[in-house]
Amino acid sequence: MTDKTAIEKEAARIAEQGESAPRLARDPVNLPMINNWLEVIGDRHPGYTEVAPPAMVQVWTMGGLHGQRAPDDPLGAMMKILDEAGFTSVVATNSDQTYHRYLRIGEHVSVTSSLEDVTGPKKTALGEGWFVTTRSTWYVGDEAVAEMRFRVLKFRPAEKQETKPEPQKAQAIRPSINRDTEYFWEGCRNQELRIQRCGGCGLLRHPPGPMCPECGATKPKYLVSDGRGVVYSYVVHHHPQVPGKQTPFVIALVELDEGVRMLGELDGEPSIGLPVEVVFTKVDDELTMPSWRPRADR
Amino acid sequence: MNAAIVGIGATDFSKNSGRSELQLAAEAVSAALRDAGLTPSDVDGLVSFTMDTNAEIAVARELGIPELTFFSRVHYGGGAACATVQQAAMAVETGAAKVVVCYRAFNERSGHRFGQVQTAAAANIDNSWSYPMGLGTPAAMVAMFARRYMHEYGATSEDFGRIAVIDRKHAATNPHAWFHNRPITLDDHQASRWIAEPLRLLDCCQETDGGVALVVTSADRARDLPQKPAHVKAATQGSGPDQFTMTSYYRDDLTRLPEMGVVARGLWERSGIGPSDVDVAVLYDHFTPFVLVQLEELGFCGRGEAKDFVASGALELDGDLPLNPHGGQLGEAYLHGMNGIAEGVRQVRGTAVNQVADVEHVLVTAGTGVPTSGLVLGAS
Repeated sequence: MTDKTAIEKEAARIAEQGESAPRLARDPVNLPMINNWLEVIGDRHPGYTEVAPPAMVQVWTMGGLHGQRAPDDPLGAMMKILDEAGFTSVVATNSDQTYHRYLRIGEHVSVTSSLEDVTGPKKTALGEGWFVTTRSTWYVGDEAVAEMRFRVLKFRPAEKQETKPEPQKAQAIRPSINRDTEYFWEGCRNQELRIQRCGGCGLLRHPPGPMCPECGATKPKYLVSDGRGVVYSYVVHHHPQVPGKQTPFVIALVELDEGVRMLGELDGEPSIGLPVEVVFTKVDDELTMPSWRPRADR
Repeated sequence: MNAAIVGIGATDFSKNSGRSELQLAAEAVSAALRDAGLTPSDVDGLVSFTMDTNAEIAVARELGIPELTFFSRVHYGGGAACATVQQAAMAVETGAAKVVVCYRAFNERSGHRFGQVQTAAAANIDNSWSYPMGLGTPAAMVAMFARRYMHEYGATSEDFGRIAVIDRKHAATNPHAWFHNRPITLDDHQASRWIAEPLRLLDCCQETDGGVALVVTSADRARDLPQKPAHVKAATQGSGPDQFTMTSYYRDDLTRLPEMGVVARGLWERSGIGPSDVDVAVLYDHFTPFVLVQLEELGFCGRGEAKDFVASGALELDGDLPLNPHGGQLGEAYLHGMNGIAEGVRQVRGTAVNQVADVEHVLVTAGTGVPTSGLVLGAS
């Protein structure tokens, strides 16, 4: 017998038992609990002086801090079976409630529960699991006053990945950008690797600055680099962790064909003299980072 | 210069001091004043350097120093260590102050760790060309130089490792050193994990909680004080062409430290001595590769020859140029160079635990890869 067949068989057995025995609420519907609930929820409706808010229905029959499920509780029984089959984690997915009437202060409700449906195994983002649906009915005496369809996913947690999680782009260290450097980052957003070129003498310069150290001009322009160069030096970073990066990773100082050097992460086996080309990676709308990859034509 | 270091003081060097950085600073300054035979009311100048959380006025308050006529804070972190003495000496010579205390104190291991990625530093526009690319630790920034140095001169990881072995050997016999009684072998170095290739764990200095202080006054006044003075023969700062903090990658040559070359020229010129007159070298050793480059910049050997110079045994206590007899920052403590100046003073006094015989001149350097500084201390 496969797990699937066994689980389905057990589910059918529990469903056939129908409604569990009525379980009486600890206290009758009462004003102090109503007031506490309204306060916590932030409901300022003034009308709940003689009747309870309908959405409180589950509150009346909660088990309390030390509550235990009754032996004939179908959800508890089904959880146990799934636990034993390795579906050890649980997450609630749906809860639909129907209210037939207001509950009045002093009324004492009880609840019954039955197993409606068990479906699976399904592959989910959390892991493989079974959807278990129960139906609960609240009574005052013999009168059904509210109902709830409640669904949980009982799943086997996905194996922990050996590799570390993908670093969040949001964690990456962002550059400071000012009026002297904005042209560079704007270039990256447009898939252009820009090198500052003096508007006076034509000196190429990276990192850039507002005044040319050669001729003193303060009219920097830029040229768009071919984005090709060779590795001048490099580091393989192991420790400590760097925000936004997954260790080990390579940072290369690249001498561009135009003659300036520039740092960037290198995706590939590093060596001094390795021909590389620029790659642009969009982090978000504001930031695109340049990095290097080995050239295919090397 | 008409100035001398007349008092040194330090706290214990630990990984968890259990007290505030201000308390460490106050304790170190207090110890240095006792050593100098002076009191807080004699002090009228205080100097520290950036990345120290202890304001001059806060230190003055704790010590009960009533008035200050000179206070200054030098830039560029560890590169400023020897520059604090330069500031103090200039203040004393110009009459800006009579007794100046230089100090450094922090909980660098149990508190803010400088070896981690300083995300906040990325706010500096210069750092925007390195940090966002993933180059965000001092070790990695030095490793970029080291890789090129190896490529140009055929130096190896073992050549770097020999510096760590020497430092740890000297620290092993220094009871104040964190690595007292814990020498390493070159095999230990080679077996240590990668931090930022080509740097291994044992190429990188430790992180320390502690404080160090130095008392500077005029040579004239020094004559009346109890300790044998360590005369400031020369003190200078240095910044080179196209200088950046840790990432001067855009110069012609990555195998040099031109800012240390500036310091070297200034020191030899002003002290009137040369490399062959140095009896003890206290070279800044936050990362081993830059010790090799410093030996070349300071003129102890030719370009690319440091690996052979080191392998020759010249840096041993009985060698031509005993290096870091206290164990350096790799072995004793990482107080951003200030503990190295204190060692220079002890060597001149003749009171060091690993004392070199007949010391006339000690060379001390400050942090490398950044705008830096240096000192020549003399016995007379």
